[in-house]
Amino acid sequence: MGVVMDADRMGRTLMRIAHEILERNRGVEELGLVGIRTRGVPIARRLAHAIAGINRHDVPTGALDITLYRDDLMRHAVGPQPVVRKTEIPFSIDDKKILLVDDVLYTGRTIRAALDALIDFGRPKSIQLVVLIDRGHRELPIKADYVGKNLPTSLSQSVQVHLMEIDGRDEVEIQE
Amino acid sequence: MRKDLLAISDLSRDEITLILDTTDAMREIGERPIKKVPTLRGKTVVNLFYEPSTRTRTSFEIAEKRLSADTLNIAVSTSSVQKGETLADTAMNIEAMAPDMIVLRHPSSGACHMLARLCRSRIINAGDGMHEHPTQALLDAYTIREHKGRIAGLKIAIVGDLLHSRVLRSNVLLLTKQGAEVWACGPRTLVPPGLDRCGVKVSTSVDEAVEGADVIMMLRIQQERMQGAFFPSVREYFNTFGLTAARAARARPDVIIMHPGPMNRGVEIASDVADGPYSVILDQVANGVAVRMAVLYLLAGGADAD
Repeated sequence: MGVVMDADRMGRTLMRIAHEILERNRGVEELGLVGIRTRGVPIARRLAHAIAGINRHDVPTGALDITLYRDDLMRHAVGPQPVVRKTEIPFSIDDKKILLVDDVLYTGRTIRAALDALIDFGRPKSIQLVVLIDRGHRELPIKADYVGKNLPTSLSQSVQVHLMEIDGRDEVEIQE
Repeated sequence: MRKDLLAISDLSRDEITLILDTTDAMREIGERPIKKVPTLRGKTVVNLFYEPSTRTRTSFEIAEKRLSADTLNIAVSTSSVQKGETLADTAMNIEAMAPDMIVLRHPSSGACHMLARLCRSRIINAGDGMHEHPTQALLDAYTIREHKGRIAGLKIAIVGDLLHSRVLRSNVLLLTKQGAEVWACGPRTLVPPGLDRCGVKVSTSVDEAVEGADVIMMLRIQQERMQGAFFPSVREYFNTFGLTAARAARARPDVIIMHPGPMNRGVEIASDVADGPYSVILDQVANGVAVRMAVLYLLAGGADAD
């Protein structure tokens, strides 16, 4: 078990990603941030805050719950259904450049589900993917556009992202 | 969740809260431009209705379609039941075509329990005789929670034909479980024996029942189930038990007025009250779709190992 990112490093990483987003998109008017529940949502809000700090522009921010789009629902005979939470995207995604935000990129299945879910809300101009940690082991052809940290892992390890808003501290750790 | 949804009496307080919380998420889907999610893709749901129904059947069908299930409706008036087939035989034949869920409405109390024992499919009770109507109580509870922010501690008056009402039974079980103060009011001939032992205050005075109430829930006079004279005339019933604006004024100023439908205007409720500013009757209908989506979703998973 080891901490691979502390609070200070996380703050600087998100600030760097905010700068990269602005550099690559030349202007913020068409941008929209959508965080994937649970931990993508606070990360999206922090990126919006960082972008506002650099550019004095508020990027609209939403929250996406992908439970109803998962490909592993009802594959198991025993066990309760995952809890469904609300999707809240308080702006039209039509013709926007959407930044889809999640904490960890792993198999890519969550992102596949999120793309399906997002497209039910309209037709964005583009969708770019932002992740705090890319831990590898993709099972689908999906790649992030902005990565906080590439973290080589084995399949037996688990990566835990802790965020102040949810867990009371900012930290990323690997558990065996 | 469990395999079937047969009765509120089976559900724990936490299960009810989970269903209501899931309903919150489901309601948002109905506000999207594309009102559909792929969750129940490839699942087949049979709506088997042995009694006439517009609201409940339509509501289940819309809920199933919004979750991408394949649905089919069997109305008994056009089925082999007319040729003398029993419920068990009909069910076994439907079961042989391997549906995943059966939504059953039946005039006999306990019909859903029998089907649940016979069938591998998950059974959802859409009203069985004078027993229970669990999804109605869930949508009522959701509507109350939406308007009042809570259920515990509210005074809820249920007025009307208590004897024949499965809506009453499910609501009493649910609302007392969630900590509400429930009053039931109707003519003495329409009060089921033992109701006062179910944690409910029973009254034959509408004025007393609705005094200071947060919620007034009116029940339909079910003349199709009445064999015998329970009250002298519809007109007298309305004069004694009908909800008029004057009676509703005894409740709290922020009271909400509910009715499970179909309404008999001028029998249990005055038209101006049914259409008035305190009425949430159409909210109940709207919430019914989301509640049923939540139930379908939660039942579609693996059953808990309980």
